[in-house]
Amino acid sequence: MDITEVPVSQDIKSKKSKNKKTKKKRVSPEGAAKKSGADQEEVEVKMEKTEAEAAFPPTFSVSEIKNKQRRHLMFMKLKQEKRKQKIQLKKKKKKEREALGDKAPPKEVPKTIENQRVYDETTVDPEDEEVRFDEGTDEFSAYFNGLTNPKVLITTSDRPRGRTVKFCEQLATVIPNAHVYYRRGLALKRIIPQCIARNFTYLMVINEDRKVPNGLVLCHLPDGPTAHFKVSSVRLRKEMKRRGKDPTEHFPEVILNNFSTRLGHSIGRLFAALFPQDPQFVGRQVATFHNQRDFIFFRFHRYIFKNEKKVGIQELGPRFTLKLRSLQKGTFDSKFGEYEWVLKRHEMDACRRKFQL
Amino acid sequence: MGDRSRLCSVWLGSETGILKGVSLSRKQAFNFCNMSHLSREQEVRALCWGDPAESELLVGSVDGSVKTFSVEKGSFTETRRCGDPADGCFSGLAVLSGSALVTCVESGTVRVWREDSGEPVTELHAGKNVSRMRQSPVHRHKVGTGGKENGLKIWDLEKPEQPVFTAKNLRDDWLDLRQPYWVRDLAFIPDSDRVVTCSGYHQVHVFDPSTPQRRPVLQLSFGEYPLTALSLAPGGNTVVVGNTHGQVAMLDLRTGLVCGALKGLSGGVRGLQCHPSQPVVASCGLDRFLRIHSLDDRRLQHKVYLKSRLNCLLLASRDPEDKGTVDGICQEVKEEDEEEDEVWDTMERVGDTGEQMKRKSTEEEEGEQQQKKKSKMKRKKGQD
Repeated sequence: MDITEVPVSQDIKSKKSKNKKTKKKRVSPEGAAKKSGADQEEVEVKMEKTEAEAAFPPTFSVSEIKNKQRRHLMFMKLKQEKRKQKIQLKKKKKKEREALGDKAPPKEVPKTIENQRVYDETTVDPEDEEVRFDEGTDEFSAYFNGLTNPKVLITTSDRPRGRTVKFCEQLATVIPNAHVYYRRGLALKRIIPQCIARNFTYLMVINEDRKVPNGLVLCHLPDGPTAHFKVSSVRLRKEMKRRGKDPTEHFPEVILNNFSTRLGHSIGRLFAALFPQDPQFVGRQVATFHNQRDFIFFRFHRYIFKNEKKVGIQELGPRFTLKLRSLQKGTFDSKFGEYEWVLKRHEMDACRRKFQL
Repeated sequence: MGDRSRLCSVWLGSETGILKGVSLSRKQAFNFCNMSHLSREQEVRALCWGDPAESELLVGSVDGSVKTFSVEKGSFTETRRCGDPADGCFSGLAVLSGSALVTCVESGTVRVWREDSGEPVTELHAGKNVSRMRQSPVHRHKVGTGGKENGLKIWDLEKPEQPVFTAKNLRDDWLDLRQPYWVRDLAFIPDSDRVVTCSGYHQVHVFDPSTPQRRPVLQLSFGEYPLTALSLAPGGNTVVVGNTHGQVAMLDLRTGLVCGALKGLSGGVRGLQCHPSQPVVASCGLDRFLRIHSLDDRRLQHKVYLKSRLNCLLLASRDPEDKGTVDGICQEVKEEDEEEDEVWDTMERVGDTGEQMKRKSTEEEEGEQQQKKKSKMKRKKGQD
């Protein structure tokens, strides 16, 4: 037994001795530091002076400093330094460009999520026969062939209050041949047959939440489709700066921007069919639906040609932003209707560079 | 046209009246239609195979005509008038043995047509608003019908006077109110008498005609929107259902639980079919896409944009990933393989570890390619 134990104890001893050695080694630099404790303040002063030249070990970061005031100071300095460098770089580049003159390379286009957009295979090719046929025979074909004239009924959710009422009234001045009706607690499914009987081509319902309009149902009659939008940032005429006089009753021109995919085309046609086909240019009024990153911005302007080159515009209001929630085939039927497209959050917008419209 | 149509493994009928074929192996889609004579009246409502060898397709359109499409020739060969368009459009199409054709229209008339005669041989009325008629894959003279406020009925076409089985509506609910009823799609479960239906009230029911119980033996529900399409997975234990919002899920018929959702759809589902042998499911609908999901890992395998709203869908029973069966095409594909090999050979080797990895991968690929070649050779022999 003894014989076996002995080597073990030896081993332990040896280990201990090693540990001691290492401890000593570790201690020695600390001790040196303590010895030079008086110098420490000086070192810090130096650090302040030389921090721009990266006198710290490479892994140093400002966030490791424990004193808050100090950390703040250092951070501010770091930022200033960075900004200086950036400005210098810019100046240098500018000088280079000036020196090169005409030969300068073209300026780089900044990367945005729109110009980095993921290619959408449904982008409509105007040459495509099949899509043209599909669009030529869809529900809006009667309007685009000039067979029907738009007639719009605007109503709200039950008991509208505050801004919603005004918003409806102002929309009715933008859209020609629009009639605002009080909802009177009626069900949409019962309104629709009456609208069809009275030759309305659109039913527009504005939903409100706590006196703020937040939803828009746009239903094309007599046989769909129905689109549901989220409405945000509504600005009424009164809240507008530098706005022109109230719009006239002339039919406005319509501008539809960036509706490129198949779904976008359907939505664009839905908006286009709201307005009469032949704009009265005397009125010099334009309604714009501008699509950017799947948000549709509505603006209403009056323009004037100042001379051959200059055009002045004046906003008439209201302005608002729409975002498509769903497109349903057929007239409004949220329970049994078949949806052509439904926004599925977290599934569709997982990629920020993918757009639906 | 013939070469193209022989390549296709998925067939779709669109709302614009175009018959579309998709070849998944070559990632190509073809339109089989005269593009200058498009009209909405030819909207395809039903598709089925004309013969067990899958050389003929039957296309039922809205105007009440059934067209025969020859896959070999790649063109329409025959047009038959089957009923009046005033009855409503087709809700089902099937083929009996002996080249008889079964049609069902939305007004509820099921008719059996012989090859040459202009008048139906048998005619039966399955009630109003029939949404779907399906044929039993085993007993081909058995069909099931169902629709809005029109429960499941199973008919034997040899004895058309009385349905073999009529389902009873669900029991009244706890307020003693009548339950609404709307069969949107149904399927016969193989190896048993049972039938599974999906309803417009987001329920899936299983009926068992072999028992005296006429109410469903199993009831499960999925989502909160009407279910529009249903398809049985190859095993017969799971069923894939789709609804009007484009939600597709696999339901287990033994436990009655959802065992997985298939993602990626953005519009309502119109057609859904599982491949008879492979674990894949194809779906099409109002979003104008054909999507093929794997049933094993529920991942999206293929996504094809087909430009029109799609109404119905039919899978060929051969492997959808299969290359074409024509000899010339086989050779072409082989050449492509060789080119690929060259590419691999000429590629530079990056580093030691990278090299090893690459070697492994190339070896594996070569093994796969060899297997493919072997299988092709077998196929050739079989054809000879």
